[in-house]
Amino acid sequence: MANAAEFLQEDLADGGQILRLSGSFTIALIGDVDGRLRDLSANVRKIDLRAVEHMDTVGAWLVHRTAKASGAEIVGAGNDASRLLQAVSGADQADIPPRPHPPSFERFLAEVGHSVVISFTTLLQFLGFVGQVVKASFILAMNPGRFRWHAVVQHFDMVGVRALGIIGLMSFLIGIVIAQQGAVQLRQFGAEVFTINLIGRLTFRELGILMTAIMVAGRSGSAFAAQIGTMKITEEIDAMRTIGVVPAEALVVPRVIAAVMMMPLLGIFASLMSVIGGGLLCWVVLEIPPATFVQRLREVTPMTDFWIGMIKAPVFGAIIAMAGCFQGMQVHGNAEQVGLKTTAAVVQAIFLVIVLDAFFAIFFSEIGWN
Amino acid sequence: MDQPNIISVQGLCNTFGEQVIHQDLNLEVRRGEILGVVGGSGTGKSVLMRSIIGLQEPVAGKIRVFDEGMIGKEEDEASDVRRRWGVLFQGGALFSTLTVAENVQVPLREFYPDFSKALLDEIAHYKIYLSGLPADAAHKFPSELSGGMRKRAGLARALAMDPELLFLDEPTAGLDPIGAANFDNLTRDLKETLGLTVFLITHDLDTLYAICDRVAVIADKKVIAVGAIEELLAIDHPWINEYFSGPRGRAARRGHDKHNNNPQPELHQPGRS
Repeated sequence: MANAAEFLQEDLADGGQILRLSGSFTIALIGDVDGRLRDLSANVRKIDLRAVEHMDTVGAWLVHRTAKASGAEIVGAGNDASRLLQAVSGADQADIPPRPHPPSFERFLAEVGHSVVISFTTLLQFLGFVGQVVKASFILAMNPGRFRWHAVVQHFDMVGVRALGIIGLMSFLIGIVIAQQGAVQLRQFGAEVFTINLIGRLTFRELGILMTAIMVAGRSGSAFAAQIGTMKITEEIDAMRTIGVVPAEALVVPRVIAAVMMMPLLGIFASLMSVIGGGLLCWVVLEIPPATFVQRLREVTPMTDFWIGMIKAPVFGAIIAMAGCFQGMQVHGNAEQVGLKTTAAVVQAIFLVIVLDAFFAIFFSEIGWN
Repeated sequence: MDQPNIISVQGLCNTFGEQVIHQDLNLEVRRGEILGVVGGSGTGKSVLMRSIIGLQEPVAGKIRVFDEGMIGKEEDEASDVRRRWGVLFQGGALFSTLTVAENVQVPLREFYPDFSKALLDEIAHYKIYLSGLPADAAHKFPSELSGGMRKRAGLARALAMDPELLFLDEPTAGLDPIGAANFDNLTRDLKETLGLTVFLITHDLDTLYAICDRVAVIADKKVIAVGAIEELLAIDHPWINEYFSGPRGRAARRGHDKHNNNPQPELHQPGRS
C-alpha cells in the first residue's frame, strides 16, 4: 500500500530551507499535509519532489500553491508531476472573484425591498393571468371546436371521482364530531334535539363546502401547480407556444372548468356524508331514530342554506384552480422552485377560500338568507 | 499482456419488459485507454453504462469494476470503487440548487469530510479551470449556464475526486464544433496527465478518430467488435460499413488523416477555450 503524504524541512547553506516531500501526494493520502503546508512560515527556497511516489492534481495543487506563496523552486519533478503542475498552474490566471457578501443590514433592506417589488409584480402578473384565462375562455366559447373535452373529462376524474373516497370519509367523521360536541354542550340545557339544527345548517351552509375546498386545494391545487411547473422546467410550455397552442387554453381552462364543475358536486356529497355521520351519532347516542332525524332536518334546514353552499362552491373551485395554475406558471429555473410554488399554491388557495368564505357569510346574512 | 482490465462485463443481459436490450454482451476496458462506445440510437449504449455504474440492475451477467463485482450493490456500498470513478451524464445532471463550485465540492465533502473549506475552494477553483469554464462560472447556478457550460461543469464534478476511471455519456453532443474539439483535447490531456481510463459513449466520429484508442461497436444486442478504427474498417458488417464509410465517416477520416500528415504544433492547453 502507498505511504501517506509527508514532508521534511531541511536548512540550506544560504539560510533558506528545502522541503523534501515523500509518499503519495494524492487526494486519499493527503491527510493533514494541507494544513501544515498552509501554516508553514519558514523561508522555503526549494521543494524537492524526488521521493514522491505518486501524485494527482490535489497533490500538484498543494505543491504549486506552496511554491507560489514562498517563491520556491520545484526540483526533482518527474514527467507526470511536471505535467500535472503545469496543468493546475493555469488556474492562477483566472482568479475566482469572491462571492459578494454585503453587510447584514444592507442585505435585510435589500430583501425587504425585493419582497415588496415581488409582491407587486406577482399581483400584476396574477391579474394578467386572470385576463389571459378569461380571454381564452371567450375564445373557446366562440370556437367550441377547439375546446379540449378530453382534457376536461380527465380532470373531472382526477379532481372529482378520485377525491370521493377521502372527502367522503373526512366529511363523515366531521359530521360525527359536530354531532358529538353539539350533543354534549346542548345537553346541559336539555336541548339535545337542537343538535340536528346544528348538523343540518352547519354542513350545508359552511363546513361541507369549506372542508371540501381545503381538501381539493391540497389534492388538486397542488397537483396543478406541480404538473404545470414541471412542464415549465422541461420546456414543454415553450414548445406549446412555438407550435401555436395557447397554454391558457390547453392547460388552464380545462383545469379551471373541471374544478368549477366538480366542487359543487363534491360539496353536496361531503354535506350528505356529514349528515349521515351526524345522524348516525344522533341515533346511537341521543337515540333519535333516522326517520325522525330526517324529518326534523327538513324542517329546520332552509333551502337557502343549500343554495348558499352551491353558490360558494364553484367560486372556491375557480380560486383553487387559478391559484394552482398561476403558481405553476411562475416556476422557472430548478426543481426546488416546483416545490416552493406548489406549497404557495396550496397556501394561497386555502387562504383566499377562507377570506372569501367570511365575505360570503356576511353577505348572505345581510340579504336575509339566515 | 499484463494490462489488467479495469472494467469487465461478461454475459450481460438487460431487458425492459418484453424488449431485450442486451443479450450476452461482453466487453473489457483496459487500464489507461480511451474506449469509445458507438451504436445506433436505442442500441443500449447508455443502458450499458448505467449497468456498469450500478444504476440499472441487469437480468443476468457479471460486471466487475476495479476487480470488484458491481451487481446488486446498494448506493452506500462499494464506496471504494465509487471514489475512484467519475461520471458525466448526458445533460450534466448538476444539482440545480447548488452553485457550480458547490457541485464540484459535493463528492469531496462526501468522501473527505476533513478537508478544510479553503482547500475545498481551491480544489473547486482549479477543477473548474481544468474543465475549461471561465472563473466567474463558479458562483453561478446550473440554470444560469448554457448547455455546453453545464457539460463542462458536469465534467468538473466528475473530475473532483481525481478519478482513475471516467464515464462520459455523449460529452460532445450539443456542443459547437470548436467546443467539441476543445472537449476532445481536454479529455485526451486529462487522460495523459492524470492517467485516466475513459469509457466514452459518443455519436461523434471526429471524437472517435481524434482521441479513442479502441472503439466498441454495439449492434444486435451485443458488442459485435472492439478494436482500433483501422481494425474495425476491415470488418465486414453492414452497420460498421455504413457507419464508418458513410459520408460523415469518410469526412471524419479525411480530417483525421490530414491532421496526421501535417502535424500541428500542440497549441491547446487544458482550459483554453
